[in-house]
Amino acid sequence: MTLRLVAATYRYAGAAAPTLHDVELRLEPGRVLGVVGPNEAGKSTLCLVASGLAPATIGGHLAGSVTLDGLETASLRPHELAQRCGVLFQNPATQLSGTTRTVLEELAFGPRNLGLPLPEVLARVEWAAAVLGLEALLDRDPQRLSGGQAQLVALASVLALRPGHLVLDEPTSQLDPQGTRLVGEALGRLAAETGTAVLIVEHKTGLLARLADEVLVLDAGAVVRSGSAAEVLADVALEAHGVEPPPAVGLVRALEAAGLAVDPALLEEAAG
Amino acid sequence: MSVELALEDVVFDYPGGTRALAGVDLRIEPGARLAIVGQNGSGKSTLVRHLNGLLRPTRGRVLVGGRDARQRHIADLARTVGLAFQDPDRQIFAGRVRAEVAFGPRNLGRSGPELDEAVAEALETVGLADELDTNPYDLGYSRRKLLALASVLAMRTPVVVLDEPTTGQDARGVARVQAIVERLTGEGRTVIGISHDMRFVAETFARVVVMRAGRVVLDGPPETVFEAAAWPALASTYLEPPLAARVGARLGLGSTPRVGSLVAALRGRMADSSRG
Repeated sequence: MTLRLVAATYRYAGAAAPTLHDVELRLEPGRVLGVVGPNEAGKSTLCLVASGLAPATIGGHLAGSVTLDGLETASLRPHELAQRCGVLFQNPATQLSGTTRTVLEELAFGPRNLGLPLPEVLARVEWAAAVLGLEALLDRDPQRLSGGQAQLVALASVLALRPGHLVLDEPTSQLDPQGTRLVGEALGRLAAETGTAVLIVEHKTGLLARLADEVLVLDAGAVVRSGSAAEVLADVALEAHGVEPPPAVGLVRALEAAGLAVDPALLEEAAG
Repeated sequence: MSVELALEDVVFDYPGGTRALAGVDLRIEPGARLAIVGQNGSGKSTLVRHLNGLLRPTRGRVLVGGRDARQRHIADLARTVGLAFQDPDRQIFAGRVRAEVAFGPRNLGRSGPELDEAVAEALETVGLADELDTNPYDLGYSRRKLLALASVLAMRTPVVVLDEPTTGQDARGVARVQAIVERLTGEGRTVIGISHDMRFVAETFARVVVMRAGRVVLDGPPETVFEAAAWPALASTYLEPPLAARVGARLGLGSTPRVGSLVAALRGRMADSSRG
């Protein structure tokens, strides 16, 4: 369950210049890689390329290599890709099938399309709903959920495919703090217990500080920094790339700028 | 330019029976800078959709400028309350940025140089002035959010409602939204924002309304909504006060919801101890 990009350069169909330049990335089983960067850095494009949707499904031109478990994504058929790599789009409205009447059916949509036997489909629905605490929503109409609820359902529908790799484009953008925490814990457990490799694009660096093993900074389509999450998220250069530091780091800096200091242990504790 | 808004015992049930609002009373004074926060599904978006007539209450009344919204024409409400949706893709439909932003003000009867000026100013405000002829779908999600915001700004409504305006925005985008809110209130307009980012809320808004299960459970300035005494009520909605508030409480500095108020309180203590 390894995801690798080697010198990956990707240009959208009709675009004059590539959106991603020479991206190198290696994600090992059970690891969580956070991707941060300013608006329009190419983060969502990286998700499309890493999951094999670009160029296979959406066109464009890819140079370099993108492999899942050593297999070039370009050589995999759509259902093979879907089983290996689950991808969550930024906008949950894009993700939901629009053809189902209940959340239960929505969560079953993917597994059924994989041709799994019904008991297995139901077991997966139950599991995915439980992981994200969605049991109470199973009877609801997917089109009548709040933004945050729709985002959780979209993520659960990806988890129900039980892919070995997860590529998540801002999975918590519409979630309340509790939902954000829940998703962070669920993904951490999933990686640790099942060896799932997780690539997660996030503006919430506080979440990445808790969840990610490594963090990569993307700016103008290129990787400008990568390393351990603790190291990268504490880097002062992050702000120059339009990335908000984790709350605790940001507060310490604001206080320092005012010539003040607070005991770091107290701050850690308050940040929880 | 200023309009008072009021909800009186508003109940709203979606078709199928889900009760989204369970009796909301709220008075929003003209020129208010108000944030609505609460758990996912607590009724925040449903509430604001009542302000411009997108939804009509199942029970109770919504007053816009002292008049029952039910008795006001939808076009009249659109002139008064601009609403930027949470999902920009539910709002964007035009093939060019210029046309997208011009749609609202044109429907309000603006044309010629006045229309061009409204469009240019709105795009300048959100930082998309160079994208007039771009197809909105060639913009990334974060810039589509800003475009949807520009479309609302261009209508120059006395009330502007922003449903999760910082979603998908980087640090600069968040700062930009913050500046827009300040500018609008500076012009005497009412700004209502929905957000899950308590730091952004505390730093940007003067009043915070906390919702739980379709009801208002806390309502006040950040200093009272985020003070330690209110934390249990806040926790019942699964919200946490901003870090500055938690650090201030831990240090016994009182309520410091903003970084600025924490800095001021720390300085005050230092001055006290140097005097003592």
